Amino acid sequence: MSINVRVQNADFCQAEEYLKLSNASNCGAVITFTGLVRELVDGDLQMLHLEHYAGMTEQVLEQLAQQAQQRFGVEQITIIHRVGSLKLNEQIVFVGVAAGHRKAGFAACMFVMDYLKTQAPFWKREVTSTDSYWVAAKESDRTAATRWTEGTENRVAS
Amino acid sequence: MVKVKFFAALRERLNCAEIDVESQHNDTVVQIRERLVAQYPAWQHELLANDVLCAKNFTFTDVTATVQSGDELAFFPPVTGG
Repeated sequence: MSINVRVQNADFCQAEEYLKLSNASNCGAVITFTGLVRELVDGDLQMLHLEHYAGMTEQVLEQLAQQAQQRFGVEQITIIHRVGSLKLNEQIVFVGVAAGHRKAGFAACMFVMDYLKTQAPFWKREVTSTDSYWVAAKESDRTAATRWTEGTENRVAS
Repeated sequence: MVKVKFFAALRERLNCAEIDVESQHNDTVVQIRERLVAQYPAWQHELLANDVLCAKNFTFTDVTATVQSGDELAFFPPVTGG
């Protein structure tokens, strides 16, 4: 079992992360999620700036990965989150899980992303050609995280 | 002495990233926050807003938690990563 957590300015390579995750001989599934910088509704995003609380961020991500490993019995988890200034379509976040079987892998990946969005101290600031503002937290993200404590996660795992 | 950090929109509204606050034996986060407000009355509305989150030594904490000299506190808005 291994955990790899990185918070970095630099971009990452999905293929390299996949190769590392797919090395374990007892894993029949590698599940990955990559989040990208998305265009705004009005199509005017110039830059996305990501701030974080160094020290706490890494600790929260490490704990999330440990919880996912214990809860779903998966072998390896990689979490990469970028900070700093990102342009449209750049990669923001990567969650990769190597598991014995796909159901546990999908569940662990979703568990990590759902909690990352509500627990990890990152903040997005969107910069348009005329303005810049902090992104507001979404109720839908909070709801997504609470399902893991309400026993309804089997909808995902089954 | 307790180090207090602020992040993102809260940091900008307070115009402060980090400040040291005197601490006393058995202080709680609430008392540290009251000391900050006493020093900067304009911060009251921002620091007591319902959605402000608090961490002690890099872990989420309730404001009733006790604080010791050398601890690091942080106040910040709801997170928006991922």
